[in-house]
Amino acid sequence: MLKKRIAVLVAFVVVLASVLAGCGNSSKSGNSSTTTKSTFKAGMVTDTGGVDDKSFNQSSWEGLKTYAKDNNLKVGTGVKYLQSTQASDYSPNLNTLVHQNFNVVYGIGFLMQSDIQKIAQQNPKAHLGIVDAVAVDKNNKPLKNVANITFKEEQGSFLVGVVAGLTTKTNKIGFVGGINSALIKKFENGFKAGVKAVNPKADVYVQYAGAFNAPDKGRAIAQTFYTKGADIIYAAAGDTGNGVFTEAKNRTKDGKKVWVIGVDRDQHDQGLPENVTLTSMVKRVDKAIYDVTKMTKEGKFPGGKVLQFGLDQNGVGIAPTTENVSKKALDAVNTYKKKIVDGSIKVPTTDKEYKAYLANLK
Amino acid sequence: MSYAIEMRHIRKEFPGIVANDDITLQVEEGEIHALFGENGAGKSTLMNVLFGLYQPDKGEIYVHGEKAVINDPNDATRLGIGMVHQHFMLIDKFTVAENIILGREPKKHGMLDMAKAVKIVKELSEKYGLDVDPNQKIEDITVGMQQRVEILKTLYRGSDILIFDEPTAVLTPIEIQELIAIMKRLVKEGKSIILITHKLKEIFECCDRCTVIRRGKNIDSMAISETNPTDLASMMVGRKVHVQINDAPYEPKEKVLEVSHLSVLDQRKVSVVNDLNLTVHGGEILGIAGVDGNGQTELIEAIAGLRKVKDGSIKVDGQDLTNQRTRKIIEAGLGYIPEDRQKHGLVLDFSVGENMVLQTYYKKPYAQSGFLKNKVITKKAKQLIQEFDVRTPSEKTLARSLSGGNQQKVIVAREVDRSPKLLIAAQPTRGLDIGAIEFIHGKLIEEKKKGKAVLLISFELDEILHLSDRIAVIYEGRIIDIVNPKETNENELGLLMAGRRKGGAEA
Amino acid sequence: MIKLVKKINWMTLLVPVISVILGLLCGAVIMLVIGYNPILAYQSIVESIFLQPYYTGETIRAMIPLVLAGLAVAFAFRTGLFNIGVEGQLMAGWLASVACAIVFGHLPRVILLPLSVLAGGAAGALWGYIPGLLKAKFKVHEVISTIMMNYIALYTTAYIIKNFLYTEGERTPTIPAAASLASPFLANLTQGSRLHWGFIVAIIAVVAMWFILWKTTKGYELRAVGFSPDASQYAGMNVSRNIILSLTISGIFAGLGGAMEGLGTYQYMTINSTFTGIGFNGIAVALLGLNTPIGVVLSGALFAGLQTGGLTMQSNAGVPVELIQIIIALIIFFVGSGYVIKWAMGRLTRKGHK
Repeated sequence: MLKKRIAVLVAFVVVLASVLAGCGNSSKSGNSSTTTKSTFKAGMVTDTGGVDDKSFNQSSWEGLKTYAKDNNLKVGTGVKYLQSTQASDYSPNLNTLVHQNFNVVYGIGFLMQSDIQKIAQQNPKAHLGIVDAVAVDKNNKPLKNVANITFKEEQGSFLVGVVAGLTTKTNKIGFVGGINSALIKKFENGFKAGVKAVNPKADVYVQYAGAFNAPDKGRAIAQTFYTKGADIIYAAAGDTGNGVFTEAKNRTKDGKKVWVIGVDRDQHDQGLPENVTLTSMVKRVDKAIYDVTKMTKEGKFPGGKVLQFGLDQNGVGIAPTTENVSKKALDAVNTYKKKIVDGSIKVPTTDKEYKAYLANLK
Repeated sequence: MSYAIEMRHIRKEFPGIVANDDITLQVEEGEIHALFGENGAGKSTLMNVLFGLYQPDKGEIYVHGEKAVINDPNDATRLGIGMVHQHFMLIDKFTVAENIILGREPKKHGMLDMAKAVKIVKELSEKYGLDVDPNQKIEDITVGMQQRVEILKTLYRGSDILIFDEPTAVLTPIEIQELIAIMKRLVKEGKSIILITHKLKEIFECCDRCTVIRRGKNIDSMAISETNPTDLASMMVGRKVHVQINDAPYEPKEKVLEVSHLSVLDQRKVSVVNDLNLTVHGGEILGIAGVDGNGQTELIEAIAGLRKVKDGSIKVDGQDLTNQRTRKIIEAGLGYIPEDRQKHGLVLDFSVGENMVLQTYYKKPYAQSGFLKNKVITKKAKQLIQEFDVRTPSEKTLARSLSGGNQQKVIVAREVDRSPKLLIAAQPTRGLDIGAIEFIHGKLIEEKKKGKAVLLISFELDEILHLSDRIAVIYEGRIIDIVNPKETNENELGLLMAGRRKGGAEA
Repeated sequence: MIKLVKKINWMTLLVPVISVILGLLCGAVIMLVIGYNPILAYQSIVESIFLQPYYTGETIRAMIPLVLAGLAVAFAFRTGLFNIGVEGQLMAGWLASVACAIVFGHLPRVILLPLSVLAGGAAGALWGYIPGLLKAKFKVHEVISTIMMNYIALYTTAYIIKNFLYTEGERTPTIPAAASLASPFLANLTQGSRLHWGFIVAIIAVVAMWFILWKTTKGYELRAVGFSPDASQYAGMNVSRNIILSLTISGIFAGLGGAMEGLGTYQYMTINSTFTGIGFNGIAVALLGLNTPIGVVLSGALFAGLQTGGLTMQSNAGVPVELIQIIIALIIFFVGSGYVIKWAMGRLTRKGHK
């Protein structure tokens, strides 16, 4: 009996001792953090996907790492990421970096919008950035200390639409969206506009799966589209798009060649080994993060601005892998790219704009 | 001469308790030696030391005169010591032969030789008169047969010293007689037997000598022929034992329990109570005698509202309670000491105090508008603990940590204190030692004197004969006869229980 | 005998304490092996929680749903039921409270706030009632049915948000201020953490669990049925009704936990594609807390501290945040194996007493 009590006591003492020892060390670590204060620091907070999600978060971190390399910053102190394992981690993580006096802190993805808004208001001196959303105050005015990084997805989508319009043999093309929202509407309308620009006869079927994480639904929609005669489907639907890939691969295996157009990053690999990826619409989050970080360092933090990364800054575009795209289509892509950049074509983002655009074409 | 087993000055201590304190046990070759003591006296500990499950702190063990170190049961087996456990260690889905050879299978070319196994088992069974079919599955044979399989297991492993741990606890009276015959046969064939028991009757029926232990200490060893039951009982309990006899005059009052044309199904939807009629009056103890499995359990469960009645009716104190909720029946005046006290009678992880109000916790004075009045409950518990001599450190102690006898006292205290019109006592003394039996029998008789109706179910004919004013014999779900205990004996009851009616008597 | 009882009490208390210590030690070893400084890591946890008000606030905030989820598990467990469905009950409660706040947004605060909290509890209750009913009437094992109810909750809440309460950002609109538990006062006190008034609800729930189980006749019945359904039935209690009641009350606790997230932490509900994890952590909280109300508070504090402090661990010591999950898993593992050890020791002692 007594022995047990003593054992517990000893255990407590050991823990206590280690805690106290830790406290003793604190002055040292405290010093080290103050010494780094003067140097430039940029940090980001991932969403629950984590930093190796092969998508958004990873791409953002690559942007910061490239910046660190170009500016002799140390990875881990100069540039840094914090991972979130659950949605409630966003706020403490963002706060941590803000409190550690990072010169700019990014929240990756629109899921962090409300947390960024709150922290930006609580820390007016902090510089924050958010991807794919616009941080606003109560009166819907953009917050002065948040840089809003958005992309002109409609422009990139227009280009892959051009490719689709020139590649289709059946003149039937599909578009699968994740959730019907303003963001995905930009993809849809840009894509349709691109198709119609080069192939007015082509039909574009549009359907929304209602979820970004439902590959089974994506597959079902793809099945319908392909059966109706479509030979190319553009999937702007996150994980749901993987179902489109599955269906396309199955059909190709059975000898019926069909194509998929990928989204966000170069999805060429995803189409292998059946090689069903025609091309992909890429969003260069890494480039955007790099640019904003650079601006911040130069004292030109774009707070309160809504940055739109489009074709002109290479913020969106078609994937580098072009082995499945015909020369003719590539030439057309380049032509249209110039037209969009110089403003002679304005790519529609909403249904209303698309109607006006169609009327203009005729 | 040397002993088959000699354990000298064994001491075994567990944290907080000395289970064996300087115990010496000498078993002669070829005898049946009783190890006699109350529950918790240290019998099982001593035998576990002998079987190698525990190591003694002090003392020595000699087997056939040679000093032995027994580190585990394998050592014990090698020395020819076999144990027939109280709780069988058999695999239900295996046959008798498969169970017996398990762990020591006869082999032919590295393959299991089942034919040989069956042959060996058959031979052993015949040699010792065990009458076991090697090819039956364990789940298909009776408890008595399963026990014989356990005996065969030890014989198969070549044991010549057999330990029987309370072997009769699970057996019917007929099976007990058969077991005693088997033990005598084994001794005749040269085996030595240690019988752990707390039942006097068995000792006088089959043992040669006896060692009594009490509270971990050696009390005495003697030849059975030189002692008598009263002395032995006093030795075990450590004081004079009064055998409770139902000596109050039999003056039946109004009918309290009326069961008419009752039919009840068991889990398998087989009718186990068939058109049964039974009446219990106030001021009497009615004993139900019968072999286990003839519908006793289902009958009392039906009375208590725990089992659906298919046909017939049950009235308590004139109120029809057929298929009513248990709570309503309890409120109408039923007290019930269930057969399985740990499973049905107590919430083992509740304190003694909480168990004392298991049926009345929601009533005044224990509760008011849905809130418990813990002070009142504690006070009541203390009073009952005192009144019924429950040996517990306090009313806060968990029921689980009490001994069997004290657990039963808690139940009896609770049921009797509610002052029910009808008290059902199912196997109220099963597995208890003499002291506790004496106490509980006294309480049942007291209830009768108060004019309550007591329905007693027991497989111990002694108990039935001792306590009952009338004895109803149940067979295949029917009351086949009602006899006066003063005008009958064990033999007659035994025949009735086997279904042989007396000349034309009506139930 | 007395000594034995005392010893077992010590043992039960000892198991969680030692498990926590072992978990932290093993975590330290893993950090050393990978090449991080465990002292710096643990120091940053302790320092942040106790010296930085922001993290103190965040820890208490994280405790609120964890404690409520832990109470839900513990309550059901006390009555012999294993409620794996806390996660689903929590989601149901979350959505119900947010929906109630939005739909009745015009009501004054004194009515709207309690109404929304109650809506959360009620939805959780419903989500617990269904498996209870299935168990009582059709003997469907509650583990299976509550797991099933988790998925139903996950997809149903997503469906309802998408179709009826959708706003930009994959979520419901923000609830009106009148229904919010958030408090600028508490936020200011803790350097802008999300600490909200929900902690009062959690405290009330802790007291309520203790009171219901030990001070009421219903609680007596629930515990009796939990320990021994047979003996309870023999004593005239209605076992099925108690099963339903137990899971319903358990669901209320879980639903309140969800309401705290909806009305306090987030002020909205997102479309969840996977489980929040709070409900499952609740199982660990209850296990470590020995299913007692006060134990749930303590272990809830530990888990919340580890989770919140763990975030500073990655920022200060560079230790990956996943390591905190490993430490939590280790603690649970040791609690589990601790029971095995205790069981084995208990058996030995009991044998000796025969």
